[in-house]
Amino acid sequence: MATKPRIKVEKAKKAGDVIEVKTLITHVMETGFRKGSDGKLIPRNIINSFTATFGGKDVFKADLSSGVSANPYISFYLKVSGPGDLEMTWLDDKGEKIVEKVPVTVG
Amino acid sequence: MTQRLKLEVVDRRDFVVGAATAAALTALFGRIGNASAEDKPPTFDEVYKKILGDKKPEEGKVNIELPEIAENGNTVPYSVMVESPMTDADFVKAIHVLAPGNPGPTIATFHFTPLSGTAKVSSRMRLAKTQDIVAVAELSNGSMLVGKRTVKVTIGGCGG
Repeated sequence: MATKPRIKVEKAKKAGDVIEVKTLITHVMETGFRKGSDGKLIPRNIINSFTATFGGKDVFKADLSSGVSANPYISFYLKVSGPGDLEMTWLDDKGEKIVEKVPVTVG
Repeated sequence: MTQRLKLEVVDRRDFVVGAATAAALTALFGRIGNASAEDKPPTFDEVYKKILGDKKPEEGKVNIELPEIAENGNTVPYSVMVESPMTDADFVKAIHVLAPGNPGPTIATFHFTPLSGTAKVSSRMRLAKTQDIVAVAELSNGSMLVGKRTVKVTIGGCGG
């Protein structure tokens, strides 16, 4: 999970607008149900949590499971109260964490 | 001698026939039957009951967007939306997306706040086979909504 996630934030025309945020991150999302060539189960390694905050306040959170496709795509919405930073965090089973901050402007 | 030859032929054929199914199913999910008891995922009924508790969900207000036919079960795009004013007094707290026909029935749980503005989420899921996707929404007033949508899966996939 070393690559930078792709994030697309819709433009807000005025305060109070609800905008869509699209995110895509590279991750194998190993289910833990598969067996390797040695016949042993490949241990699960998925992004289990995704959180988004705006100006430090919780906006959206996702608890993911093995049923989420590899390279998880998540789109959610944000009500823009004014300009601020949208911070997103991905966390996987190995404890790897990716944090991205995107400034959101109004107008 | 003939007996043995015959057996070999059958074995080989079994192997060939099995290979297709095995590649599609076994390699992708692992053999579910062989999974050890301790890491067995909960069943759909268990998960569904746990989410609802003793509440009765109202049907028809959860809108699930899914392709009618998903050719590749490895990545099936979907959206779930619930009409809600999303104010501090009345908002959707969470949406649970469940796939009863998968080895692990939970796909994801999405949590919203009034700051979300809209209770809608889009993502991509893995589907093992043709099944009814179930989405349960928890509202801030404690009530529950449920929606269902059938999706046909041509090639199942749960492992990548």
